[in-house]
Amino acid sequence: MKHLTKLAALAVFALVISACTTTKPTDTTDTGTTQSGPTAEQLAAQRAAEEARRAAAAEAARIQALLDSTTIYFGYDQDLIDSEYTEMLRLHAERMVAENRSVTLEGHADERGTPEYNLALGERRAKAVAQLLKTFGVSDSQIQVVSFGEESPAMSGHSESSWAKNRRVELNYK
Amino acid sequence: MKKFLAVLMMVLVISPVKAEIEILITEGRDDARPIAIVPFAFEAAGVIAAPPFDFAKIIADDLARSGKFKPTAIADLPQNPSSVEQVDLNLWKTLGVDAVVYGLVKEKSPGVYQVSYDLLDPYNDKAIFDSQIEEGSYALVTQSQHLMLLKDKIVGQDNYRWNAHIAADEIYEALTGERGAFATQIAYVEVDRSQQNPYQLFVSDSDGFGAQRIFSSRMPIMSPAWSPNGQQLAYVTFENGRSEIVRQDLAKAQRDVLASFKGFNSAPTWSPDGSKMAMVLSKDGNPEIYLMDLATEQLTRLTRHYAIDTEPSWSPDGKSIVFTSDRGGRPQIYRVFLGSGETKRVTFEGRYNAGAEFSPDGNSIVMVHQSSKGFHLATQDLSSGAINILTRTNLDESLSIAPNGSMIIYSTVSGRQKVLSTISMDGRFGMPIPSTTGEVKAPAWSPFLN
Repeated sequence: MKHLTKLAALAVFALVISACTTTKPTDTTDTGTTQSGPTAEQLAAQRAAEEARRAAAAEAARIQALLDSTTIYFGYDQDLIDSEYTEMLRLHAERMVAENRSVTLEGHADERGTPEYNLALGERRAKAVAQLLKTFGVSDSQIQVVSFGEESPAMSGHSESSWAKNRRVELNYK
Repeated sequence: MKKFLAVLMMVLVISPVKAEIEILITEGRDDARPIAIVPFAFEAAGVIAAPPFDFAKIIADDLARSGKFKPTAIADLPQNPSSVEQVDLNLWKTLGVDAVVYGLVKEKSPGVYQVSYDLLDPYNDKAIFDSQIEEGSYALVTQSQHLMLLKDKIVGQDNYRWNAHIAADEIYEALTGERGAFATQIAYVEVDRSQQNPYQLFVSDSDGFGAQRIFSSRMPIMSPAWSPNGQQLAYVTFENGRSEIVRQDLAKAQRDVLASFKGFNSAPTWSPDGSKMAMVLSKDGNPEIYLMDLATEQLTRLTRHYAIDTEPSWSPDGKSIVFTSDRGGRPQIYRVFLGSGETKRVTFEGRYNAGAEFSPDGNSIVMVHQSSKGFHLATQDLSSGAINILTRTNLDESLSIAPNGSMIIYSTVSGRQKVLSTISMDGRFGMPIPSTTGEVKAPAWSPFLN
């Protein structure tokens, strides 16, 4: 519950920030000169437009990358979702709502500890992701939760580098 | 050595005071009893056909695997008797063994053998009076006074190995007073990713031989559990994309689904009287322990807590269940008494205790315990609360205790491979079980089978 309150606070904070940054574009003065070739101002405007276009493209690519990434990783014996995944999950949630798509959340654990406890831990992680998707507007009927515990590792090694990749929830769209 | 001592002292000084008793002794133990198992003589009927297996070697390997006996190397045997008349007691006393086993295999007809074998104590000339040996059934020689066992059986090709395990059980019981558990089986899961159905459930003899695949799947298999009569296995299968509990009859190869509720279905375990099954279902929102009446398939919910409650294990008297719960923040062992519903926490030492099982005498539990060095098996005495770490291996899980309480089989990681290993209940003798292919896990030791 604690992390949900934190999330809500984060969301409010994000809203405030975005309100602050969407200020009006600064007024540009048009001198109306008739020289051939672009003026310094025109060049500056072109550069600004180009920069804006690039920034928009970069932002679109960033968002696409977040939508393409479908795995959330967890700390050892943890089901807290790191804040770095908040935006990714919000974007997935928005798409699920907009396109009315369903998803299976597959919960996994690393091999440490017992297989039966890890099955429960995998479900708890998948449910934590489900809960966050729901706070972003996805309905219960669009989400299915399945736990594989430690039975289906992404990496087969027996050290932290593999374990970190195995403590995960995978979003599988239907 | 000096360097080692210096390091050791530093560790002793730095490490905080811990109540844990760590007995971590390397392979083998100095108190294993010397015993001589003489290769059995063989008499063919007509065409000479050697028996399918070396009966004496199976006995010797079983006894060695218990950690309680140290069979003499065949090259060091002073004589090779096959009957009591041929035994020279002085030779065996000089060798200094506690007991001698010898025998004779006679081929009666193709694939049918008469196997006779004796167990003899070279020092005790009154041994026969404490034995079950009938008067008049033995040769009237002085050595016969030393006999502890006198066996004569007809054995077929198919049950030859099994009868050798029974012989090892008889010898073990005669020498220790504790029932042997060699003529038992192990169920386990093998994952061989080169196969179309990589997940395979096997049942083998307790020494790993005679493995028979009883189920295979494209999807994971977990948590095999034996019925108390040894005729059925319950396990968790993902064959339909999520966990379900099925029950399979071993002789008839029939399967039926016991639990396929919303959420996950896991950790089945039969009550000692076989009438109920404890299982963990998350159908009501989070993992809770339920009891299923196997006659009616009615469920009774046993735990009520928003934390994870899982891994139930029945006490031998069927009156209480230990389970893993993280209701205190981290996984620890709790015990619920079925009559009153009273629940109390059992483990307090260590960050992580899980997967507990009662010892057959009900006085202690064995569990997976996280120490500073990793995940090991540990016992906890239920009256004193004292913890004893048993294993030196790491990433130990899925323990299962032999029905006589002498040994524990468990899954661990050796090198880069998931393997099975055994450890004696006192942690003094451990042995990896060589695996064939792939990773091997989730062992479950059968109850006594005969």
